[in-house]
Amino acid sequence: MQTLTRNWPVFVLALLLAAGLIAPLASGAAAPGFYVEVLLGGLMSGVMYSLVALGLVLIFKASGVFNFAQGAMVLFAALSVARIGEVMPLPVAFVLTVGIMALLAWLIERLVLRHLVNQDAVVLLMATLGVSYFLDGFGQTIWGSDIYRIDTGLPKTPLLVAEKIFEGGILINTEDLVAAAIAALLVLALALFFQKTPTGRALRAVADDHQAAQSIGIPLSRIWVIVWTVAGVVALVAGMIWGSKLGVQFSLALIALKALPVVILGGFTSVPGAILGGLIIGVGEKFAEVFLGPVLVKQFDLAGGGIENWFAYVLALLFLLVRPEGLFGEKHIDRV
Amino acid sequence: MTRREVGGVLLSVEDVWLSFGGVKAIQGVNFDVREHEIRAIIGPNGAGKSSMLNVINGVYHPQQGRITYRGKVRSAMDPHHAAAQGFGRTFQSLALFKGMSVLDNIMTGRGLRMRTGLLAQAINIGPARREELRHREFVENIIDFLEIQPYRKTPVGRLPYGLQKRVDLARALAMEPSILLLDEPMAGMNLEEKQDMSRFVLDVNDEFGTTIVLIEHDMGVVMDISDRVVVLDYGRKIGDGTPDEVRGNEQVIAAYLGVAH
Repeated sequence: MQTLTRNWPVFVLALLLAAGLIAPLASGAAAPGFYVEVLLGGLMSGVMYSLVALGLVLIFKASGVFNFAQGAMVLFAALSVARIGEVMPLPVAFVLTVGIMALLAWLIERLVLRHLVNQDAVVLLMATLGVSYFLDGFGQTIWGSDIYRIDTGLPKTPLLVAEKIFEGGILINTEDLVAAAIAALLVLALALFFQKTPTGRALRAVADDHQAAQSIGIPLSRIWVIVWTVAGVVALVAGMIWGSKLGVQFSLALIALKALPVVILGGFTSVPGAILGGLIIGVGEKFAEVFLGPVLVKQFDLAGGGIENWFAYVLALLFLLVRPEGLFGEKHIDRV
Repeated sequence: MTRREVGGVLLSVEDVWLSFGGVKAIQGVNFDVREHEIRAIIGPNGAGKSSMLNVINGVYHPQQGRITYRGKVRSAMDPHHAAAQGFGRTFQSLALFKGMSVLDNIMTGRGLRMRTGLLAQAINIGPARREELRHREFVENIIDFLEIQPYRKTPVGRLPYGLQKRVDLARALAMEPSILLLDEPMAGMNLEEKQDMSRFVLDVNDEFGTTIVLIEHDMGVVMDISDRVVVLDYGRKIGDGTPDEVRGNEQVIAAYLGVAH
């Protein structure tokens, strides 16, 4: 009861979101089959946001750095795998790109992070902003600036499923299903790595307390290289999934901006938060665009478009007001 | 008291100066630590005790002076280098890995002794698994030794303060350090907890022969368990010797009780 009285704005917000989720179906505005299709579409983009947010959270936890360059890493990795994939089989290109991302992580640690240890968070943020622009440009310098394809060899034709349950069935993209499965596997593998291996334990130790971790002999620089490499691999997977859908192009770097509201929603230090936050925002913005848009058009005679672009940020702002630490973030109690 | 034999000089601090901007934290301090002994550094608040410990541990780098360890002058180093050389430490304000279980916290202390590579760990093949089990056994012994068996799987943040201090000690012991640096191990404890901790410190010293450097600002407990005591005040050394010698030192009494001006 006490938690309810204290956290009522959070509950109100959660109720509103739940209502928004059910309303289109309950009011009969959407056919069940179409509703499920929109839901799946939302979850699909949610998976992408989750992956990018995951990279942000990993780096933030381990080094306290908000990595603005995560989006640029997605683009860079996607460009690498696409261009190498033109001359070699995709799995080989994938492995080579993992190597490239590891090298990049090492360089970032050597050339940037190491020299900025113990600086203000703002300084580190500016540094990653610099890295971000450098990577955006440098990627194009090496790989070119056209739109490139990543051919995963998966069938592009959508599947028609559940015809018996819903009238007209549901169209599902095989590629989307595979992508979601790969993302889930990646998250599972990371969870196992972090929970079950000695290196994972060391990573968690660093995330909890830098000083203590160093005192028991964990070298921070090595941990940072590992974490940035892992974030690079996550970026690579995100870039491949997105790139094979839409083509590898500059706009990939911009999905990082969507990962910002996701981490605000989920909490900067929470991996489950990044995943859940991504899914909430992915579904939320699709629903707002598809179902709320037409209502606005009808009731208020507005144009009704573009909701997908701002919905995530408004949701994040609301969260900042009622629960600044996010869904699963650490609550900060500062002594004054 | 039957004790292990105190050996030769293991670590010596020679004319160390450390300042932060205008604040002179340590001013020309000399002392040595012999193998297997319990060496205390005491002094009132702000005497430079913690700074001294952090210098030994490689957190701070002194502007002047040098530290000799096992007969060799130590070059400037980071805490993880110090750890690799055999320096273990605990913290005054708890610095445990709060999200992790007691067992995992202590297992992190074995990191330096793990040899299998990242890839072998990731796929958890035979050698990696066997190594983990071997270290696990070692850690279980420490857990028994410090009597924290019932809390092995408990997230460390949920334990009472006194027990968290014990986990901190356990994590440092897991490193099998040659020198154990204890930063106010009894701070904030009640009498019973202090007695427990004193007993553990003595037992560690006795059973493993670990050399212990501990800093405390409470004189009482320390005098009972230390072989030799250094007294710091305002960054300078004002006393050095056995507990009895130090207790009789007028400067020390003045520093602790104040003098009439």
